[in-house]
Amino acid sequence: MSNVLVFAEHLHKKFSKIALVAIGAGKAIAAQSGGDCYAAVCGSGIDDLANELAKYGVKGVFAVEHAALEHYTADAHAQALSALAEDKDCDIVVGTASSVGKDLLPRIAVRLGAGMASDVTAANDDGTLLRPTYAGNAMATISIETPRKVISVRATAFEPATVDGKAEVEKVAAKIDEAALKMKYVSFNETKSDRPPLTEASVIVSGGRGLKSGENFETVLEPLVDAMGAAMGASRAAVDAGFVPNDLQIGQTGKVVAPELYIAVGISGAIQHLAGMKDSKVIVAINKDEDAPIFQVADYGLVADLFKAVPEMKEAVEKLK
Amino acid sequence: MKILVAAKRVPDPNATIKVRPDGTGIVTDNLKYVVNPFCEIAIEEALRIKEKQEGGTEVVLVSLGEQASQEQLRTGLAMGADRAILVLAEGEVEPVVVARAFAKLVEQEQPDLLLMGKQAIDDDSNVVGQMLAEMLGWGQGTFASEIKFADDMASAVVTREVDGGLEDVEVQMPAVITADLRLNEPRYASLPGIMKARKKELKEIPLADLGIDQSAQVKTQTIAPPPSREAGKRVESVEELVDLLHTEAKVI
Repeated sequence: MSNVLVFAEHLHKKFSKIALVAIGAGKAIAAQSGGDCYAAVCGSGIDDLANELAKYGVKGVFAVEHAALEHYTADAHAQALSALAEDKDCDIVVGTASSVGKDLLPRIAVRLGAGMASDVTAANDDGTLLRPTYAGNAMATISIETPRKVISVRATAFEPATVDGKAEVEKVAAKIDEAALKMKYVSFNETKSDRPPLTEASVIVSGGRGLKSGENFETVLEPLVDAMGAAMGASRAAVDAGFVPNDLQIGQTGKVVAPELYIAVGISGAIQHLAGMKDSKVIVAINKDEDAPIFQVADYGLVADLFKAVPEMKEAVEKLK
Repeated sequence: MKILVAAKRVPDPNATIKVRPDGTGIVTDNLKYVVNPFCEIAIEEALRIKEKQEGGTEVVLVSLGEQASQEQLRTGLAMGADRAILVLAEGEVEPVVVARAFAKLVEQEQPDLLLMGKQAIDDDSNVVGQMLAEMLGWGQGTFASEIKFADDMASAVVTREVDGGLEDVEVQMPAVITADLRLNEPRYASLPGIMKARKKELKEIPLADLGIDQSAQVKTQTIAPPPSREAGKRVESVEELVDLLHTEAKVI
């Protein structure tokens, strides 16, 4: 019987789907282990966030306050959350494998002497966990042998928690040894966009090297993206070439997405890109190279010049509305 | 200044990976092995930092693996690293044990900076750097796309590729920094570099000799192929595509 502590990350005073997925996964894992699921929110001035978190069917919420937690840094957050997990008898710590989760959870694992599983895609009833290796080409079923466990879950693989009751919020003064902190937040250059976030969109239109320039992303691809109310993604090649910012990258080491519809435009379909989108429900590929590997996984493949096909598609989609 | 760079021997990222029918792992026959791409970027970064300093900087490569990992260490030495240490261990070693081994080497070598790739493209765990930093009580700059040292080299501002964009964090040295794709473009080893590499020191230490706790925290039960995704149909026109997406797939 183990209790679960879910780390709920927030940005701009809001929880995104990522945090709700962590709670959904945490509750499922707690149920499997016969324990309760708690959630923690860290920061400063987090009362509203804590009350919001309390609506998602957890046993209790911990609002962990400290000036050192105002901006996320790995060492301060690791100290605070590890101490909390120990104080509250939570042997399992769960978070999503977001960039914060990946940065933070291994430090918590070391502090707690807990075995860690990253980017888990399924939690089996027998306690084993499934995780992808080799860019998703070899799925490993693993078991964490230590009494304490730290688990990061892939955001596309678990259902987000839904609103369910109202748990108690307990304010906790974080235990942080400030002299031991070696990191300081400086700034966040956030890519601003009115589009849905990649991790939440049900339709994603992605561009690759075939677009040939950042300007073409703007003039050719974006009209289709917006006609579909979609999010825009990109291959590594397009980001490396400077066509679009890094946070659009989809792939083994970028974002992993699983929308209802994924449209890959001018993307060849390297193993590393497929790793980030092959769980999409429907995949469409538009590429002028009929031998492009992307066609091996596409449900619908159109061999065509994207500079003609994409504007045509935008028109066709708009006619449907 | 001493920079430790951790590098891993991994299968070629472009190889088609097949799972063994008995579920014990992947098929390794005819697999080509390379330096993990992210680790190669870390080696390159160390060399660039060294080149910016006016002498006195040593770049030491470390790796944990079987004897064959020598090949990858020689590649790093050929790129320009000064010496290498190979911790010999058979089979798959889990990340926390790797981190413990490297922590021991850090104790012995006392580097000012430890660079490594953010993740190995075989295991895809993305944890060793972070675990190591915590074990050492150091700060970390993960998924680094740029590293800017302060003039006194006592700290660095690391630009990190994160979900929403780019984040800058200031980290005191010594620290662990893990390399992301766009940190740099690694050099090719030159022929003179390859020749010189043969004479550079490559020390082998059996894992058991490090005296660390090797107890396993995670056990792999079985390896299976992913659900297969078959190719669908080719369409002849945008019109046909949109029609099928609407009427057949019902996604628009």
